[in-house]
Amino acid sequence: MENILEISDLRVHYFSNRKTVRAVNGLSMGMEAGKVLGLVGETGAGKTTLALSILNMVRAPQGKIVEGSIRFAGADVLAMGKRELRDMRGKDVAMIFQDPMTALNPVLTVGEQIAETVRKHEELSIEDAWKKAQAMLETVGIPADRAKEYPHQFSGGMKQRVVIALALACNPKLLLADEPTTALDVTIQAQVLDLMRKLIRENGTSVLFITHSLGLVAENCDEVATMYSGEIVEYGTVDQVFGKALHPYTQGLFGSLPDLSAATDRLKPIPGLMPDPTALPKGCFFCPRCPHAMDICAKEHPADVDLGGHRVKCHLYAAAGAAKGAASAAGRRAE
Amino acid sequence: MSAAKQASGAAAPILRVSGLKKYFQSAHGKLHAVDDVSFDIAKGKTLGMVGESGCGKSTTGRLLVRLHEATAGSILYDGQEVTAASDRELKKLRTRMQMIFQDPYSSINPRHTVANIIGEPLKIHKKVKGAAEYEDRVRSLMATVGLADRLYDAYPHELDGGRRQRIGIARALALDPEFIVCDEPVSALDVSIQAQILNLLMDLQDKLGLTYLFITHDLSVVKHISDDIVIMYMGQIVERGPTEELFARPIHPYGQALLSAIPVPKLNARKERIILKSEVSSPIDPKPGCRFAPRCAYASPECAAADPALREVSPGRYVACRLAEQFV
Repeated sequence: MENILEISDLRVHYFSNRKTVRAVNGLSMGMEAGKVLGLVGETGAGKTTLALSILNMVRAPQGKIVEGSIRFAGADVLAMGKRELRDMRGKDVAMIFQDPMTALNPVLTVGEQIAETVRKHEELSIEDAWKKAQAMLETVGIPADRAKEYPHQFSGGMKQRVVIALALACNPKLLLADEPTTALDVTIQAQVLDLMRKLIRENGTSVLFITHSLGLVAENCDEVATMYSGEIVEYGTVDQVFGKALHPYTQGLFGSLPDLSAATDRLKPIPGLMPDPTALPKGCFFCPRCPHAMDICAKEHPADVDLGGHRVKCHLYAAAGAAKGAASAAGRRAE
Repeated sequence: MSAAKQASGAAAPILRVSGLKKYFQSAHGKLHAVDDVSFDIAKGKTLGMVGESGCGKSTTGRLLVRLHEATAGSILYDGQEVTAASDRELKKLRTRMQMIFQDPYSSINPRHTVANIIGEPLKIHKKVKGAAEYEDRVRSLMATVGLADRLYDAYPHELDGGRRQRIGIARALALDPEFIVCDEPVSALDVSIQAQILNLLMDLQDKLGLTYLFITHDLSVVKHISDDIVIMYMGQIVERGPTEELFARPIHPYGQALLSAIPVPKLNARKERIILKSEVSSPIDPKPGCRFAPRCAYASPECAAADPALREVSPGRYVACRLAEQFV
């Protein structure tokens, strides 16, 4: 299967007066068409920056893609002009933002916002676009007559449904869903995901599903990537990663979760915090918190180890896999 | 099982809530935020209160420590009526009942240092004498919740969410309370930090014999920490029971749907999911009858006739559903 999205060695920095925040650090990944890839990680891991990069929407001048390439369906996103980007955004690649409060325009009715997007990308009359907007609202469980209402008249959960309707209105090929259900209650989350799954399957949409919930990944994704300090530290199919998580950070995430099927006495939190992105450690970024840290971990940045499609960035597995590229990765870090 | 879960035995309830109501006046009518809620919490136990946004769980928590005035009903704390307490009595009561808030970003004053925030209750209630004792007490509270000593003069903006929540917990512990309302204390935190805070809350309970009302929408968290659980829907309790039993076999149709909706981070854990139709109806002047009926797969016209009472349908299991017997 051909990759719909191909990212290689992506680096994104945010610059402030004194400091440089290294949000994405040499990230490479590919996404097969029609697949749902779960991207998990905690606050500040760089998940949202990655999604924004795919749309070439990292906010200048503070934010900058300093290195790397992003290819969507063969086209180089970082080389696109304004017009091409505008055509791609919302049509081929749509995004569901985390915060529905700021994703909608407060002075337009929700129907107008959906109709506007539809008309931008499809040749439709105003009436037809309005009808389509109403139909989209109904598919996300909002009565069509509420199309005339403004965002402030909706609850947080309802607003997020509007955002989902807006994102799916033009049948995108790739959907970047950034914590799409974090603001929703579980029964509503179940409804919305059920609906999203249906729409995604019908249209063969590829989805980058950004979440901090491993439960949602298990139930909705084909593949999973764990992100930590702007890198993908583990990547595999859901079966591989949930069957046996390799990276100590992924293992730590699983250990932090209360188990529903067994009475766990104590949770096993990951000690410490994610490193400061303005002063990343020299070796492995996870080393200061890692229960298995070795001498080499503090000195050398680990390279990807490929164990039958299950990739992990960790020195523990260096012997198990071919550790080529370790030297070059470490060299880059030392600069 | 933690020690706290086992230790309590048949303790007398420290908190007894009955017929509690809170209506808010809105432009369109009376909003029934909490509508005839009754429950007990035994000393040293944790009661988990779950439900979705707007079901009245936070309002209930705030009523207990009287951050809201109840419209009707009674809250007996250790034999004392909270709703009728005078200002003086209330001040005293609040040394025994405390609250931890959801958002560690907005619930602490950004202009105060960590020490000031934690120590303020000590000053208000004149619990310590002299600067030396004050500082000792604040530093020992910081140690209790795992805040490094060097953060004594730090400001909240220098700290991450997990540490801020620890400040909120230290502040709640400052007056040696017996009972703490924990209103979504880990919802704003990342899972690895969330686990740290949950462990801390459980350790403190073991050590200090605290009683918790633990309010959350996160069902796996509530299962982990609670002895008993109440499920709320539109201001009412629809189901109540011991945690293990309730999770093994929810009886109320809403409880069934709610528990089936939990995403499980395991392979092949995908279970039969009950997808509810539509959303919660309006809590403003609700019609009589079961409030869940419009979304319920088993509803019949009789369900709209009268409010179903919360009744014991099998030992220890309370359910507010006309048809409860058929789900037992």
